[in-house]
Amino acid sequence: MEQKRKKVLVLGVIGADVHAVGNQILYHAFTDAGFEVINLGVMVSQEEYIAAAIESNADAIVISSLYGQGELDCRGMREKCREAGLGDIPLLVGGNIVIGKQSFAEVEKRFLAMGFDRAFPPGTDPQVTIQALHEILDGKE
Amino acid sequence: MKPVLLVDFGSTYTKLTAVDVDSAALLGTASAYTTVQTDISEGLTAGLERLERETGKLEYDQSFACSSAAGGLKMVTSGLVPELTAQAATLASLGAGAKVVKTYSYQLTETDLEEIAQIRPDIFLLVGGTDGGNSECILHNARMLSALAGQFPIIVAGNRSVARECQRLLGERDVFLCDNVMPKFGQLQIAPTQKCIRDIFLRRIVQAKGLTQVSKLLSDIVMPTPSAVLQALELLADGCEEESGIGDLIAVDVGGATTDVYSIADGMPSGANTVYKGLPEPYAKRTVEGDIGMRYSIRGIVEAAGIGRISKLAGLRVPQAERMIDLLSTHTDLVPDGDEDMTRLDFALASMAVDAAVGRHAGTLEETYTTLGQTFVQTGKDLSAVKQIVVTGGSLIHTVQTERIAARAMYDPAQPMSLRPREARILIDRKYILAAMGLLSTHYPRVALTIMKKELESHGSSEQTNP
Repeated sequence: MEQKRKKVLVLGVIGADVHAVGNQILYHAFTDAGFEVINLGVMVSQEEYIAAAIESNADAIVISSLYGQGELDCRGMREKCREAGLGDIPLLVGGNIVIGKQSFAEVEKRFLAMGFDRAFPPGTDPQVTIQALHEILDGKE
Repeated sequence: MKPVLLVDFGSTYTKLTAVDVDSAALLGTASAYTTVQTDISEGLTAGLERLERETGKLEYDQSFACSSAAGGLKMVTSGLVPELTAQAATLASLGAGAKVVKTYSYQLTETDLEEIAQIRPDIFLLVGGTDGGNSECILHNARMLSALAGQFPIIVAGNRSVARECQRLLGERDVFLCDNVMPKFGQLQIAPTQKCIRDIFLRRIVQAKGLTQVSKLLSDIVMPTPSAVLQALELLADGCEEESGIGDLIAVDVGGATTDVYSIADGMPSGANTVYKGLPEPYAKRTVEGDIGMRYSIRGIVEAAGIGRISKLAGLRVPQAERMIDLLSTHTDLVPDGDEDMTRLDFALASMAVDAAVGRHAGTLEETYTTLGQTFVQTGKDLSAVKQIVVTGGSLIHTVQTERIAARAMYDPAQPMSLRPREARILIDRKYILAAMGLLSTHYPRVALTIMKKELESHGSSEQTNP
């Protein structure tokens, strides 16, 4: 009877970003990897991720951004999660999250400082993200 | 000839409709004051006498009734996130014909409990969390409610993982378990809860409100009045097996205290560059604006539209309009009765009531620019392609300006992002038969549809645009 509950991910493309293809690829990759994925699609606001995570008692929020404004869009996300009672829910972000030639190490540092658990550079294989999700979530029960 | 009697026990009037189901014809309508304080059958008997004067003596084969008397079906709901499960609970209750007095989100507090005890709802709807999702909130709320005095039944329609636990926490109370109103994120599943609300209404509420004395005269009170209206509108739009309906529609009923708006339409985005946001809304949707009404809620109309717009539309000077509104808010039984100024003021008030209530019911579009160009974000239902507006309720029917008032439900260049009908004809429920036809539709859908089409269209008008 005790069926192991699937880990629940809230997935979506943040901000005024309509890139739908990568979002679909991630949805299928995560579902195939055994996660239950709540896909909010494109043009998702911070509040939408948070509301979905509250109702579904999600284990992590995975944010994509492909149009270069990701840093602006993600600012304050951790604070809002804490305010909404989601506390330290794992936050992962990836895609073309900033514009211009910047070293990703710098970009990553800034996102970690914003309270994100992981930030992934452009062209990351979904398997890398899945691996990271397991690292973060499998220890937690 | 096979006559059937249909009765709507309203808060003020008991409305009777006689039909012949063999020939699908309306035989007559009549009304009398509702007498719920003494014996509800007194009003019914008075109404029957009046009806008989119109139709002659009839031996009714069957009779059915709906009721919104004695305060209607009063409900309180609680969910988790306001825009998600709390909203789903409200949509479910309104669609079942209830009057939602209060909706709570997140965890109930002691103050909330005091308020609920004061409201004394007929039914409490407890939801929260998707299936397998959040359970803390609904469990907390069940625990809180268990301490509350009062015997109202509680429907639990949240996260199924803890439904039984909620029931245990609620102990001695009357608890009904239903499927989750939002089983998965963004998926609305309100039909089971609506059925449960209706069952409770039948088994308990009707009795508790002293509406059973009439059962000698009637087969039964089968549903709350708004639920009957919604059923009639769905039939009118969709048709039945033997006859097609008239297609998507919206309906407006401006009352003294509240304004009801109904829409029977899918309402999903039509454009390829439109993204839908928020909870999907039901195909048959009912909203009630508790602050928009012609008398008791007259201040709400002023607040929504502004005294300037109202007085201009009425052709009155602001101080005069203000004085009259003051008077009407305290003397709620005043009707124009030939008074020209008050006729014009009522016209303006009704117009602005329709404007505000339909504006809140309809979805909105927001324009944004993305790296891929112009994109639209839609929230709520897109009713712009709806071609029919049905008008019902005293304040819209007892005026010669019905069409002009109803046209305020349509697209307005001043509010271009409000997704209201662009071109529509107005259908008028002059004889107030919608609730009766909803009742009739349970057993005789084709007859009800034929009568509605005939009646509404004969009082309808050609295409209108917002004035």
